[in-house]
Amino acid sequence: MIPLRSTILTLVLVLGGAILMAVLNLGTAESSALHVPTYAVSLAGKYLSFAMLALALDLVWGFAGILSLGHAAFFALGGYAMGMYLMRQIGPRGVYGNAVLPDFMVFLNYKELPWYWHGFDQFPFAMLMAVLVPALIALVFGWLAFRSRVTGVYLSIITQALTYALLLAFFRNDMGFGGNNGMTDFKDLLGMPLQADTTRVGLLLATAVMLCLMFLAARFVVGSRFGKVLVAVRDTESRTRFLGYRPESYKLVVFVASAVMAGIGGALYVPQVGIINPGEFSPANSIEAVIWVAVGGRGTLTGAILGAILVNLGKTYFTGALPELWLYALGALFIFVTLFLPKGVIGALDRFRHIRPVDEVPPEKISEVTG
Amino acid sequence: MLRILLLCLLMLAPICAPSSARADDAANEAVVALAGQNFDDIRRGVEALGVSGSPRAAAILGALQDGRLVLGADKQLFIKLPEGGYQAALTGEPAADPGSVRPVRVNNSIRRSVDAALGALRLFDASAATRASAAEAVFKSRDPAGIPALTRAIAAEKDSGVKRTMEQARAAALFAAGDASEADRLAAVATLRDRGDIDARALLSTLTNQPPSVVEAAAAAVKSIDFSLQLWSLLQSVYYGLSLGSVLLLAATGLAITFGVMGVINMAHGEMVMIGAYVTFVVQTIIRNHAPGLFGASLFFAVPLAFLVAGAIGVAIERSLIRWLYGRPLETLLATWGLSLLLQQAIRSIFGPTNQEVGTPAWMSGAMQLGGLSLTYNRLTIIVFAVLVLATLMAVLRYTSLGLRMRAVTQNRRMAAAMGIRTPWIDALTFGLGSGVAGMAGVALSQIDNVSPNLGQGYIIDSFMVVVFGGVGNLWGTAVGALTLGILNKFLEPVAGAVLAKIVVLVALILFIQRKPRGMFPLKGRAVEA
Repeated sequence: MIPLRSTILTLVLVLGGAILMAVLNLGTAESSALHVPTYAVSLAGKYLSFAMLALALDLVWGFAGILSLGHAAFFALGGYAMGMYLMRQIGPRGVYGNAVLPDFMVFLNYKELPWYWHGFDQFPFAMLMAVLVPALIALVFGWLAFRSRVTGVYLSIITQALTYALLLAFFRNDMGFGGNNGMTDFKDLLGMPLQADTTRVGLLLATAVMLCLMFLAARFVVGSRFGKVLVAVRDTESRTRFLGYRPESYKLVVFVASAVMAGIGGALYVPQVGIINPGEFSPANSIEAVIWVAVGGRGTLTGAILGAILVNLGKTYFTGALPELWLYALGALFIFVTLFLPKGVIGALDRFRHIRPVDEVPPEKISEVTG
Repeated sequence: MLRILLLCLLMLAPICAPSSARADDAANEAVVALAGQNFDDIRRGVEALGVSGSPRAAAILGALQDGRLVLGADKQLFIKLPEGGYQAALTGEPAADPGSVRPVRVNNSIRRSVDAALGALRLFDASAATRASAAEAVFKSRDPAGIPALTRAIAAEKDSGVKRTMEQARAAALFAAGDASEADRLAAVATLRDRGDIDARALLSTLTNQPPSVVEAAAAAVKSIDFSLQLWSLLQSVYYGLSLGSVLLLAATGLAITFGVMGVINMAHGEMVMIGAYVTFVVQTIIRNHAPGLFGASLFFAVPLAFLVAGAIGVAIERSLIRWLYGRPLETLLATWGLSLLLQQAIRSIFGPTNQEVGTPAWMSGAMQLGGLSLTYNRLTIIVFAVLVLATLMAVLRYTSLGLRMRAVTQNRRMAAAMGIRTPWIDALTFGLGSGVAGMAGVALSQIDNVSPNLGQGYIIDSFMVVVFGGVGNLWGTAVGALTLGILNKFLEPVAGAVLAKIVVLVALILFIQRKPRGMFPLKGRAVEA
């Protein structure tokens, strides 16, 4: 369903861009005009992590019609799993020098490690959790929601409530996740110091490769028979049900898969920005992720990646140069895209080139309310 | 007529005169004792002065307490004034410098007597508040020395409230008095049980050296107090819950119209509330600068103004944005979210990011005590206001021609259009109405919350929860939903803490929507499939 040309273009751009940055960072002298500073490498890694979240969101929103306003929660959960691993790696190098307890626990008078922190000193276990915890929450939540046929706006609102509840929960010091300060001051990952250029470049490359793999997997899924049923569910759920499919099962599978993708994105995000705190759960973050997808073009996968990178480039520029204008720009972007670019940048490009979009997004049901 | 009055006065005179004469005599004797040599005399003098009823007693004893009561050469008592100079102790008239003086001697036992006598004197003070606080002091000290004074004060007391306090104080002091009979003690237990607060409970539960029957009665009284205290705290929780519920109701009512009736997801709804709060701020600023006398009425100006401003903005939003997005709820959601960012940032640019000071009119501050309940006036006003807003809104929808058209368009847009109703206008007005109600909610919230550009953000999720919980398109459902959530929250708070209570309520709501996807009071019929 996703054209081969745009697929190859996306892969080449993501991988090629990452490799180019890597070479220009490590292979050139700092004084050279071609040198790419390390912060730019990490910034690019951050954008690619966000692109994973956007990709995950496009999979559920663009292809299954589930507008999740709480997807950043899965991203943050993956991030927290990585954060816990990185906290355990600090060991006795913390401010309080406690070999077992992270600094904030010493500060909050914890006597021993809470049970759910055990095992997080092992990288494979932490990564397993970064995938399993979002998957489990998505499974429980999705099973409850889809089974009782909560759809459309109602679903959006309760996903928002989900991330809001998690936000409040992670703000609590008693939860044992560092309260509102979250976790920071990470030292190293798999024995490599996080501040080193090579680690940063390695993280960027890993993120790029992971994003490409996810993109290919998502492309395969939406192109398969399973993907066709998903689109049918998106467009007319009841008709699909009458044809003998179980929409809730299809939605549940894709929802959980999407949560896993978001979780991996979060896990790769944390070491590159160096902090994770409950702010990542805030509903505004999830809605911002939706606008990345909308800007790029819903239901196109490539558009999600493009949108995430474009909007975040804009955010970096605005918050640096004209901080007070960023929210105006973002707000206007929401309105502009929904009113004038319903198919996003990709859709506009397609129309510009007079090529009929392969993946036509049919208009949603016109409800009785509006006639 | 005049003669009869005179006669009455004449008959009264002998009753009054001797009592004041007796007081003077007693005071004279007491002052003589005060001027005596040994501590016993002085202490007797203090006690006698305390019970003499003389108007000078408080001044003399106060001077003694401060060491300013001095003895002249011929055993005359003077009060040395703090600003210099002397006055005669008994008459209070200014006196010439008496030459060599020495202070009246005191020891600890006299100091105690002075304190007790002064406390007892305050029991006869002209102000009821002073008398009550003096009785309360005896209640706290439980000093049996205060009993005789209390007994006399009770006999003389006219104010029933103060009298009750005095009786409770006497009851509290009674347990330490060795000579109190068992019957008296039992009566005291009953008095304290009737008082029924945490102090009385503390006193009853720590009694020692009492006859068995008294101990038993005290234990029963503690139980009964515990029960009534629990009952009051339960009622207090209900009140807090109602208060929170009315806030939620105010915030959600507007949403119930735009989301519930029109099916429009307005994520900028919270910003309408925020704009209402800023309207209040502007109104108050203007009143402060130009007509400070009207400050008490500022909210009465702010409410209609907030309705108009927020309503006008609502109409503008509907005309410029929402109408292009009917039938695309998810796009509406995103566009209005963008709008909310714009509005927040606009307010931030105009007024700055910090909290604005919104004053509370005098008639809204303070609290009223109802039994064991303390009802703050601002919360009470908001509850009443929420009910009024809801009732007005229902009346508008039910009885006005605009309401009729709104309902018609909601139920069957095409048929309504065919009957000549200008549906685009009704859409705009309905949206304006919902936004205006949100603006009025903002006026109320400005009284209890920080007025900042983020004000609306805190309410938007809660408001949606209330509407979805109550059942979309149903104002009664919104009311029941808001109050249920408010009370649930406040009942969970003591058990789980504020944040956890909120989380529990959110999770419970998520689960509830699974069970009843269309809320507590779903609409029935064809409209459901819309």
